[in-house]
Amino acid sequence: MALNREFVGRAYEASAPYEVSRVKIAEFATAIGDQNPIYHREDAAVAAGHPDVVAPPTFPIVFSMSAAGEAFGDPDLGLDFAMVVHAEQRFEYERPIYAGDRLHCTTTITEIRSVGRNEFLTLRSDVSTGEGELVCRAYNTIVERGGAA
Amino acid sequence: MTVPAAPDPWVVGPVTRTDFVRYQGASGDMNPIHHDEEFARAAGFPTPFSVGMWQASLLGTYATNWLGAENVRNFRIRFLEQVWPGDVLTCGGEVVREYDHEGERRVDIELTCRRQTGGKAVTAWSTFVLPGAQPDGEADGA
Repeated sequence: MALNREFVGRAYEASAPYEVSRVKIAEFATAIGDQNPIYHREDAAVAAGHPDVVAPPTFPIVFSMSAAGEAFGDPDLGLDFAMVVHAEQRFEYERPIYAGDRLHCTTTITEIRSVGRNEFLTLRSDVSTGEGELVCRAYNTIVERGGAA
Repeated sequence: MTVPAAPDPWVVGPVTRTDFVRYQGASGDMNPIHHDEEFARAAGFPTPFSVGMWQASLLGTYATNWLGAENVRNFRIRFLEQVWPGDVLTCGGEVVREYDHEGERRVDIELTCRRQTGGKAVTAWSTFVLPGAQPDGEADGA
């Protein structure tokens, strides 16, 4: 089923700020095989000049997609999640994410298009502090295989 | 050149379902296609397969060990081939260009995660700042 183009431009705000914790950063770093001490130990991060433990570059995936779940689960969009694969992902950083950050995330559906029999949907997530400082942007493109058929 | 030499390629694997599930737990992406045999088959796949962001994150690990986690400015990922249990992955990278941008010395790199077949699972492009390097005044940046 073709995806509902009326969803383009809709924005979804995460229900609560995401609180970045040292434990979560360390768990994520371990899962991606990264023993860099600035991801695991506050003292190592501080010694390297950081305010606290640093998040790896793909860490925003942990929270930047949560607001999109509301859209993906909306039957009016028409997305068959079993047929979805990840096509592209992009992050643009204004500064590193640190443990202790409280991050607000707003996700906007920026594009839906057909390529052959597949449907491509692109989201942009704007991640900022409560003071309005932009921390990073995440762009996510998924493919629904066969969705345009 | 002021860019540190690329580290030796990083070989990961044979990868296991445990690797995939550990990443799923850490990332919060609990899509059953990566761990539920029946669900994967119903979607037309022979077995569960890895989360693309896991192998993409391995490239992030390789890159930040090379150029520093605090220096990354962007990271763009294209997912190409799926990764299956038992695959052996090789992560590597190379410098694309070095240039000045808004008073910073920057380097663009291309990263590749290959399967043991030679097929590319993930390609990524990333920009890092070179903190120790002074801009040389050539306005060749984008």
